[in-house]
Amino acid sequence: MDPTAAHVIPPNAEEIIRIEGLNKWFGDFQVLRNISLSVRRGERIVICGPSGSGKSTLIRCLNRLETHQSGTVIVDGIKLNDSLKNIEAIRNDIGMVFQHFNLFPHLTVLENCTLAPIWVRKQPRATAEATAMKFLERVRITDQAHKYPGQLSGGQQQRVAIARALCMAPRIMLFDEPTSALDPEMVKEVLETMVSLARDGMTMLCVTHEMGFARAVADRVIFMDEGEIVEQAPPEIFFSQARSERTRQFLDQILDH
Amino acid sequence: MHPPASAHRPFAARSLDWLRENLFSTPANALITLLTLALLLWAGSSFVSWAVLHAVWGRADVATCNALFGQGACWAVIADKWRHMLFGIYPQGEQWRSALAVVIFCAIIVLSAMRAFWHVWRLLALWLSGSLLCAWLLAGGFALTPVPTALWGGLPITLMLAVFGTLFAFPLGILLALGRRSALPIVRAASIVYIELVRGVPLITVLFMASIMFALFLPEGVSFDKLLRAQVAIVLFNAAYIAEIVRAGLQALPRGQYEAADALGLGYWQTQLLVILPQALKITIPAQVNSFIDNFKDTSLVIIVSIFDFLYAVRQAVISDLDWRHYFVEGYLFAMAVYWLFCYAMSHYSQWLEKHLSRDHRL
Repeated sequence: MDPTAAHVIPPNAEEIIRIEGLNKWFGDFQVLRNISLSVRRGERIVICGPSGSGKSTLIRCLNRLETHQSGTVIVDGIKLNDSLKNIEAIRNDIGMVFQHFNLFPHLTVLENCTLAPIWVRKQPRATAEATAMKFLERVRITDQAHKYPGQLSGGQQQRVAIARALCMAPRIMLFDEPTSALDPEMVKEVLETMVSLARDGMTMLCVTHEMGFARAVADRVIFMDEGEIVEQAPPEIFFSQARSERTRQFLDQILDH
Repeated sequence: MHPPASAHRPFAARSLDWLRENLFSTPANALITLLTLALLLWAGSSFVSWAVLHAVWGRADVATCNALFGQGACWAVIADKWRHMLFGIYPQGEQWRSALAVVIFCAIIVLSAMRAFWHVWRLLALWLSGSLLCAWLLAGGFALTPVPTALWGGLPITLMLAVFGTLFAFPLGILLALGRRSALPIVRAASIVYIELVRGVPLITVLFMASIMFALFLPEGVSFDKLLRAQVAIVLFNAAYIAEIVRAGLQALPRGQYEAADALGLGYWQTQLLVILPQALKITIPAQVNSFIDNFKDTSLVIIVSIFDFLYAVRQAVISDLDWRHYFVEGYLFAMAVYWLFCYAMSHYSQWLEKHLSRDHRL
């Protein structure tokens, strides 16, 4: 990864995500505490923190895989509330990649990629397949297009999952620990795909502990603990001059080895 | 890894080892083995002697059978009564229509089991045309002598009740299963009440309701065909069981499948039809076939509302004839063989289907 790569966001870039005073409980347990966050178009954000800190829940609140109990979430000008129309519109804007890939095992790689474009975007099959092949090429999976997910390695499956999300032409990509279920030798191929996506100016929110990735492409690194945003800073500051004790402890633990 | 040494020894030696280890390990075990063997031999040889060696085969008159009564089976009763057994009280001269209907019906089933027909329109065309043809053959009209449903009987009735009883119960069962997992409280409650109510009563009760009580609720002069009412009762009954099998399949799918579909923006029905059900139904094939075999055999209960299915036709064919009435055991064995043939074929098909589908979607 090239640390000198340019990732310049114009300071006047418009705000694409705005979160204000977000609170969420699982039963009695408060998993998100008064979260406020603003993301500009093209920004690449890495969210890290110990397990149970609420980082996955936070990004899952953005496309309504989780409902929040109080606070405001606005994505691309659309307010996330109970309105199904708004949820649909927001989901159309956001692509998501999961820890366990969540490919559809009964469909081929190509069918996985064309399913939503055909049924949600109402694209003709030929158009959808052409787009899918373009993105499969981008993640270097073209020769596997007619295989089933179960026949691919974990790294390949995750790259298909990225291509599947890209086929819907999202403006924002969410990554929920995309490499933590992978064998170590496959982490690199997935990270490379993500880096190239980041270089293309995609707005990205990545929950990950891959600090090399954070250094290479992140505009901002956010540290969460116990449902709160403890610290956020550009990577060069975050890794060397973290203000909070909790952040430094956490970094010690994960950078140690 | 080397194969175990025993693999190099001749088959006979290995068999002997196996026998010694498993059947003759202690004197008590050896005794039990020998006793069981003797019992099996005795029962098997008596049956073979009765059913094959001393049996009366082919066409023969009652006197021949009576002379051997108790020593040999009288298969002549089947040769003499098979039409009555298969088609019940359907008019003698028109029984070719029943026979043709059974053949067409089985052909539809076999064709739709084949991959080439797995397209919505092909299946729809096949079933619509085939069923209409069978209905016309059985009911008559349009150049055929009309035969009222009260005279229908035997194998066509059993097949029709079982197959349509599952075919129409299937979509209903799927809807009930989805309803039971719905986020809408009213839909969920209604599905639960329906499923638990229907599963809580025996099929005979439902058939009685359909046949007798249902008529009480209808305005005077309005009535539905009795066979149709029984068919609907069976559909409604099976739907509750199918719903629970489908629900088990739905629950077996990981949450991630729903989340991925949600994140891609698929709507509820798109998610269910394109992502969830294809996987859930595949998992439930063995249970579905099991339940279909149950339904197939349960149709013999319709006799309780005076519909003459195959089993009853067999019994009636023998019992109602003063000459042959002693030979009902042979009749029941014949019925058993026919039921077994159908159930065995289904069970084999389900195994093929499972293997075939898992080759496609290697998980």
